Amino acid sequence: MIPMVNIDVGAILQASLNGTYTDLVTRATGRSVRSQIERLLERAAPGAVSVIDFSNVGLLDFSCADEIVATLMRQCHDDSPIANRYILFAGITERHLDAIEHVLERNGLALVVRFTGLGVIQLIGVVRETERQVWEAVVHEQRTDAAAVAAGTALDLTAVSDSLQSLYQKRLLMREGGEYRAPVGVVA
Amino acid sequence: MTAVIAVPEELNDRTFESVIDQVAQHPADARLIIDAHRTSFGTPYAFTALLCLAQSRMTKPVFTVPEIHSTASYWARCGFFRFAEDLYEIHGKVPTIRSHGESDVWLPITSITGSEDVHSVVGRIQERSEAILVNELKTDSRMIGRFAMTLSEACQNIVEHAGQGGWVMVQTYTWRSIGRRVVQIAVADAGVGFTASLAPSHARRFGDRWSDGRALEEAVVKGQSRFAEPGRGQGFTGIRRFLDHWDGKLTVRSGTARIAIIPSWERDAPQDVPKDVPLREGLSSFPGAQVQIIIPGKAA
Repeated sequence: MIPMVNIDVGAILQASLNGTYTDLVTRATGRSVRSQIERLLERAAPGAVSVIDFSNVGLLDFSCADEIVATLMRQCHDDSPIANRYILFAGITERHLDAIEHVLERNGLALVVRFTGLGVIQLIGVVRETERQVWEAVVHEQRTDAAAVAAGTALDLTAVSDSLQSLYQKRLLMREGGEYRAPVGVVA
Repeated sequence: MTAVIAVPEELNDRTFESVIDQVAQHPADARLIIDAHRTSFGTPYAFTALLCLAQSRMTKPVFTVPEIHSTASYWARCGFFRFAEDLYEIHGKVPTIRSHGESDVWLPITSITGSEDVHSVVGRIQERSEAILVNELKTDSRMIGRFAMTLSEACQNIVEHAGQGGWVMVQTYTWRSIGRRVVQIAVADAGVGFTASLAPSHARRFGDRWSDGRALEEAVVKGQSRFAEPGRGQGFTGIRRFLDHWDGKLTVRSGTARIAIIPSWERDAPQDVPKDVPLREGLSSFPGAQVQIIIPGKAA
C-alpha cells in the first residue's frame, strides 16, 4: 500500500492569518504556507504520495503559485529534505489554474492535478508530447511497463523508456520495479 | 521661497508630467503650493501620485482644494483628503462625506505597507467584482479572479521593492477620447524606485548603459527581479499575460523614465487622441514607482 498524506492548504492559510482570509496571495503568505507544507512533507516517508488540497483556497496569485506550487515541485526532484516525495495537487479550480499554469511555464515544470468535480487526474505544465502520451497511457493502464506502453501507443520502445524515466525523475510517475504508476494513493 | 505649482484642469498620468516638471525646478526643501483650485477631473493615477509628491518633499507643501464642489466632493469620496491631510497643509474647504450606502468609488485610496494590506485589498475588491466587471463593463466572468490577481501583484510591488509604504486606488470611469468605460488600477509609492531596487543585481551587467529606462525594461518587459532565487519576477509577467488577453494598458513610471505597454485601441484610435510611446527617458525625476493599469470594457 502506498502511504498517503493529506494536506489542507486552506486550513494552513486560515491558521496563518488568524482565520481572516481565504485568498492565497502575496509572496510572504506563500512562503509561510509553503514552509508549513514542507514540514508535513518531511514527516512523510520517502516515496509517499501527498495530496495538497486547494479546495478551501479562494484566489491564488502568481507569487503564491510560484512560492508554493513551483518551489515544492522543484524540491521533490532536487536534493532537498522532501526529495523523492510525490505530490498530487487536488481541489484545483479554474481560478487557481491561471496562476499555476503561468509559473509552470516560466519554470519549465509539470505536475499532476485533480480538478474539483472531476475524479480523474491530469498532467499540466511543460512536458514533451511523447511524455504526455506515455503518462496518459500509464494512467489509463493504472500500472504498466515500458513494453506495454510502447505496444499500446505505437511509440518507439526507447522513446517510451526515456519518457518513463524522465517522468519518474520529475516525480510525475512512481516506479515499482520495472513498472510505473501515477502518483495517487490507494484511496485517491 | 514659496513656489506655486499649477495643477492642470484635467489631471491624469499624461498631464501629471507638467506637475512633475514644475516641481523639478525647485529644491526639495522649497515650500510648494500645489494649486488644484481649477482642477475638475482626476484619475486614480493622479490622486496617488499627488500623495507621493507630498511624501517626497522635505517641507510640507500646501494643497489648494478644487473650487468646484462636485470635484472636491468626489476627491473626498476617493479618500484623497484622508491621506492628504497628513501630508499637505490643506487650503480650502474639504467636503464632509456622508455615507449613503454603496460608494461610487470601487476601491478608494488605500494605504499599502505590508502583506496584510494586500490581503485586505484583494478581499475588498472581490466584493463588487461581478457587478462592475461583468455587469457594468461587460467583460468575461473569468476576469473576476484575474483582476484580483493583477491587483495583488501590482500592490506587492510596493511591499517587495519600495522600501516604504504606498497607495492603491481602483475606479471605473468613461475615457472620453475613446468613448469607452474603463477600469483603472493605480499603485504608487515614493520609495527607492526600480533603478535602485535592481541595481545591486543588474547594474554591473550594463555598466554605463544602466539607467532608469533600462531598469524598467528589465523589470516590466523581461520580468527580471532584484532577487536571485528561481521564480522571482512573476508579478509583471503575470500582469502582462492578462493585459495581452484583455488588450489592456500598463504604464510604469520610475525616476526619469516611463514604460508603456500600449493596447490596440490606443494605437488604432483617431489621430487627435494622444498616443503613448513604449519608452520615454529623460523625464523630470520623480521618486518611487507609479504603476497604472487600464482595462477597457467591451466596446459598444
